[in-house]
Amino acid sequence: MRSLSKETIITPSVQSKLNLRELWLFRELFYFFAWRDIKVRYKQTALGAGWAILQPLLAAIIFTVFFNRVAKINSGAANIPYPIFAYLGLMYWNAFSTAVNTISNSLLSNSGVLTKIYFPRLIPPLAATALSVVDFFFAAIVFFVIMLGYRVIPGVEGLALVIPSLLLLMVAALGIGLFFAALNVKYRDVRSALPFIIQIGFFVTPVIYPISYIPERFQPYAYLNPAAGAITSVKEGLFHQPVNWQGLLTSWIVAIFMLIVGLWYFKRTEKNFADII
Amino acid sequence: MKASYGTLKDDITNILKKPFDRHRQENHETFWALKDVTFDVNPGEIFGVVGKNGSGKSTLLKILSRIVDPTAGTVKMNGRVASLLEVGTGFHPELTGRENIFFNGSMIGMSRQEIRKRFKEIVEFSEVEKFLDTPVKFYSSGMYVRLAFSVAAHLEPEILLLDEVLAVGDAAFQKKSLNKIVSTMESGCTVLMVSHGAENLLKLCKSGILLSNGKVKSMGPIDKVLLDYTGMRPLQLDPHSTKLQEVEIHYSHVKKSDRLTTNSAFEAEVEFSLKEPLPNCLINFFAEDSAGRFALHNRQDFKQFGKKGRYKIVMKLPRLSLRPGGYSTWFRFVAKKKYGEYALDSDRVVIQVDGKQELQSIVDIPAEWHSEALAKPEPHAKR
Repeated sequence: MRSLSKETIITPSVQSKLNLRELWLFRELFYFFAWRDIKVRYKQTALGAGWAILQPLLAAIIFTVFFNRVAKINSGAANIPYPIFAYLGLMYWNAFSTAVNTISNSLLSNSGVLTKIYFPRLIPPLAATALSVVDFFFAAIVFFVIMLGYRVIPGVEGLALVIPSLLLLMVAALGIGLFFAALNVKYRDVRSALPFIIQIGFFVTPVIYPISYIPERFQPYAYLNPAAGAITSVKEGLFHQPVNWQGLLTSWIVAIFMLIVGLWYFKRTEKNFADII
Repeated sequence: MKASYGTLKDDITNILKKPFDRHRQENHETFWALKDVTFDVNPGEIFGVVGKNGSGKSTLLKILSRIVDPTAGTVKMNGRVASLLEVGTGFHPELTGRENIFFNGSMIGMSRQEIRKRFKEIVEFSEVEKFLDTPVKFYSSGMYVRLAFSVAAHLEPEILLLDEVLAVGDAAFQKKSLNKIVSTMESGCTVLMVSHGAENLLKLCKSGILLSNGKVKSMGPIDKVLLDYTGMRPLQLDPHSTKLQEVEIHYSHVKKSDRLTTNSAFEAEVEFSLKEPLPNCLINFFAEDSAGRFALHNRQDFKQFGKKGRYKIVMKLPRLSLRPGGYSTWFRFVAKKKYGEYALDSDRVVIQVDGKQELQSIVDIPAEWHSEALAKPEPHAKR
């Protein structure tokens, strides 16, 4: 059932090919990995789904108090209540940072099975995105409830962009995550650098502030950060501002490029995972 | 094959220290876990792999399981491959037994459909029905291992790779596991097994390979390989393991007199046929008491069975000498061959020795007693 053909031939090779057919054959395992991660997370934490909601919510409250009231950061041209603005950004950013973290750890945390059973090495990282998506889903429901509560009507373009922006973030997260997952296997000290990099990313990306805060001449460059494009486009769309399609396109191109690089590096080092882990 | 991880800091520091060092790569030690290992296994064969720890057995299985890649060489396998390098791989402590069956089953190669189909059997075999919906972290180690093995045992591959997985669980479960593996093998599956247990290998394998420091030291019939491995003939802890094929015992029989007592004459006979000549045969007669102790052991060399055919052996004791009680008796045929001892036991015949229990010992051997009076002791000298 699992072997590609009746005959299996194993030869040494420098780099494994991106075997999509094999991934399709193992699709059930992908489902089980995602299912296991989600089940375990929701069993282990007392809050379960609550955690996915509380994180952006609490962060939004804290940011509202300190950044909005004290530092006077607001939603800029969008002109909507800051808590909603911040929550939206945080909801997406959480999905992104959780994804990057879990993807980059997916190989090490599954080291036990990687050294004992054969399956395409791409499965744990790919399945790691599932948890972030599920978390996002719960956080998004709460978001729409809050929006209604504040009587803010969402723009149609924004609604259309909700899922594509998540997809954009996941593509970028995969690119970064795959790269670091592979790097992590060989170099253990890299692991501690990643949270730091993500932290910097948080402040550099217009998550809790509008992109207008970045000096105009630098704004196009901001879109080189896929998260900037994803979050900003949803904000613009939902809050009745013109969407910067060009910026969004830039972000997509960068994200796809990241994915290709991450995938390439992952495949290149894949052969040695079981040896080194 | 390199096997190490390092830190990025170290690697960068090394590059900075010696940017033009062409030999930097070669400073890593090259260690060949396997070298020039070549062998063929035919369909339906059960093939054993032995060797000391570190000889490359696990690496060989890992290559065949596609977990690591060979540095050089080719492997060709025909058929669905399933490999059991460890029992319970992928079991997660937070998931219940039921959930783990699905996850683990999927990982080792079963589709969801197959798992559902065999779910009942898997649960029955593992004997953990009552705790199926409890998280596995609450299982005893025995339950854990039984469930894990049970999932793996219900795979139905064409090629099965086993790495020392038969040593799990208590004795009763090990026996059950062994039987399950045997029935899998009987369905025509090709098996490659690594084991330290010589008895298991003898019981199951026909041929094998001995690895030493990554190289093939010996290859061929399993008893030859085991002889080369252990340097001695396979131990006869359980004579059933090397069955004497040439003999077929029809019945063993004790001459029934009215009453067997300690002083009775005793006669036992065994009737058997030889499929092949057996010129060198040691026939033993055993009697075991109710506590499992050997009470009698008599034996005799027979060199006259040079022809096929039916024979009868009679063993007579002029005086039984056993104290009253129940005893289990049987004959054992033993033949010494080139690579070891082979044996076959007859069925047991239970005898009852009547009388009153008077002695402490199992055997009652008549002795001669004799007394005499010695000279009177000297009186003390008066002070």
